[in-house]
Amino acid sequence: MQSIANTMHKKPKLRLVALLTAPILWLVVAYLGALATLLVTAFFTIDSFTGNVVQTFNLGNFQDMFTDAAYKNVVLRTLGIAISVTVICTILAIPMAFYMAKIAKPKSQKILVALILTPLWASYLVKIYAWRTMLEPGNGVLDWLLGPIGFNSPGFGGPAIIIGLSYLWLPYMILPIYAGLERLPNNLLDASGDLGAHNWYTFRRVVLPLIFPSLVAGSMFTFSLSLGDYITATIIGGKLQMLGNVVYQNFSINLPFAATIATIPVTIMAIYLWMVRRTGALASL
Amino acid sequence: MHKKRLFSQIAVASVAALILAGCSSSNEAATNSGVPDVPMMEKLGDGEGQVNLVAWAGYVENGSTDKNVDWVTGFEKETGCKVNVKIGSTSDDMVALMKTGEYDVVSASGDASLRLIYGGDVAPVNTDLIPNYADIFSNLKLQQWNSVDGVSYGVPHGRGANLLAYNTDVVKPAPTSWASVFDANSPYKGKITAYDSPIYIADAALYLMNTQPDLGIKYPYALDQKQFDAAIEVLKAQKPLIGEYWGDYLKHVASLKSGGTVLGTTWQVNINLAKSEGVKVEGIKPAEGSTGWSDTWMISSKAKNPNCAYMWMNHIASPAANAGVAEWFGEAPSNAKSCDLTADKNHCATFHAADDAYWENVYYWNTPTETCLDGRTDVKCLPYAEWVKAWSSLRNS
Repeated sequence: MQSIANTMHKKPKLRLVALLTAPILWLVVAYLGALATLLVTAFFTIDSFTGNVVQTFNLGNFQDMFTDAAYKNVVLRTLGIAISVTVICTILAIPMAFYMAKIAKPKSQKILVALILTPLWASYLVKIYAWRTMLEPGNGVLDWLLGPIGFNSPGFGGPAIIIGLSYLWLPYMILPIYAGLERLPNNLLDASGDLGAHNWYTFRRVVLPLIFPSLVAGSMFTFSLSLGDYITATIIGGKLQMLGNVVYQNFSINLPFAATIATIPVTIMAIYLWMVRRTGALASL
Repeated sequence: MHKKRLFSQIAVASVAALILAGCSSSNEAATNSGVPDVPMMEKLGDGEGQVNLVAWAGYVENGSTDKNVDWVTGFEKETGCKVNVKIGSTSDDMVALMKTGEYDVVSASGDASLRLIYGGDVAPVNTDLIPNYADIFSNLKLQQWNSVDGVSYGVPHGRGANLLAYNTDVVKPAPTSWASVFDANSPYKGKITAYDSPIYIADAALYLMNTQPDLGIKYPYALDQKQFDAAIEVLKAQKPLIGEYWGDYLKHVASLKSGGTVLGTTWQVNINLAKSEGVKVEGIKPAEGSTGWSDTWMISSKAKNPNCAYMWMNHIASPAANAGVAEWFGEAPSNAKSCDLTADKNHCATFHAADDAYWENVYYWNTPTETCLDGRTDVKCLPYAEWVKAWSSLRNS
């Protein structure tokens, strides 16, 4: 034991290799390897009868994807849903996080954090099936609740997916913003007030720029999680499909085409991260 | 910087090696007819202690759904083969599951069986090792969807028609034709359902066979471009009427129960499940006929438990088990002796087990190929891959 420790101490390079082999292997083989095989599969095709993958290079899948208007629609729809979910989560999360970080007493602060975290303990499926019973047109909870004041449940479809996903990912938005606000010194707010700024002005010119990196972190969660989701769409989306559904629908019958479709969210996320990087938010996280 | 470059070089090299490894898997040798040469089992040995099945919902019941419905426990005790079952919700699911090689036996419908045979995923079946095979109705044996060149690839299981389900409280008068699910002015708009699989295109083709005879559709699985486009138009027009497409039978039953679905295509087993939960729903075979299925138990070419697999195929074809499934699922049994063992003595009459006339307008699921299955040689038909593309496009538009 002593000798191993001595060798390790004397040879920093060996130490580095021993330490990093496992994580690097994981990153390269399991993570990058999977992405690379995905990309390669997208250029294969299938035997039209047996559905077996034929490993010859062609661009047919990409051609199908770009020429069929249906896939343009599904990309735009999915983007729209992911953006709406992110916006709704942001609007709900900021006041929530602000209250938790700046107004609540330290004791209730802890309780509030715990409360935000509890929904994460329940299964994803249970939560979405609960929304299914709530949104059910005709005899769902929402119809029962809103009927007397003249509103209806939106039923299953796009709005239902946005509601469901916003509910699911809200904690992932609140927590980073809460962390960002906690680091924000109170005296900055006081100073802003002393200099005559109104609350709204203080929020816009002092708070918002300082928590911007947290907003970006939160939006990366809500946006990417919504972009890849397909289970919520299956359960409460009615006949509406998202990108994930196209992949799910095709992977058993036409794996190469599913891989082609799967490159879209990867590309969108890459563009998103590139844009985020340009704002400089990543550096100050 | 130097170290960084080293790591990225290693990363690139490893990824390249992975891709090469993925590409080098060999293709199996094929015989003249295009069917891969897969050996047939010669002799039955001792059971392996378990068998892994891919089956339709309701085909493998061990009493956990309904304690009176059980044809698995006895088999497990008798043979020592523990039965593990994975429910497939569509034929495409089943084909994908069988391609993994992790399952021994599959209950394949006609739109999966040939794909499995020609894909080399299933092995020919030595019917001498299955004593109960002798009692199977002869017009189900060695058919186009379960054999190639006189070699059997499975044990016929049973057959049935896809039904038109309707909520008896809501849908009045009761529907008599598939036209009710394609009617643009339907009062049940938004509460109609359809089966979420490319094979549903055949249902639209069947509807066109009766409403637009000019198109000349003779067989709903043999569609040339013009006929296919017409069927897709019907489905596009139907889309606004649909509340939800169903692929998961449990969600479908839940939807029938909640009233979200009041009209649409279904299976008898779903009707039975919904009724057992008190839903007022009926299923009919409309006047113009229906699509349907004739299923076959097939054994994987990579079966890890072949002996238990053969024992299972023999068991499920036995009169008692076959009668049990047929009655629970609501289909016509394949074993001629099953008819004496059903709890309802009229079951075989109700489901027309031996009534060939009844099956004349039931079009069993089949795999569309480029060569038209109805015998036309002057045109090319659309193969299943095109059906898949069209369905995917329709669902996402």
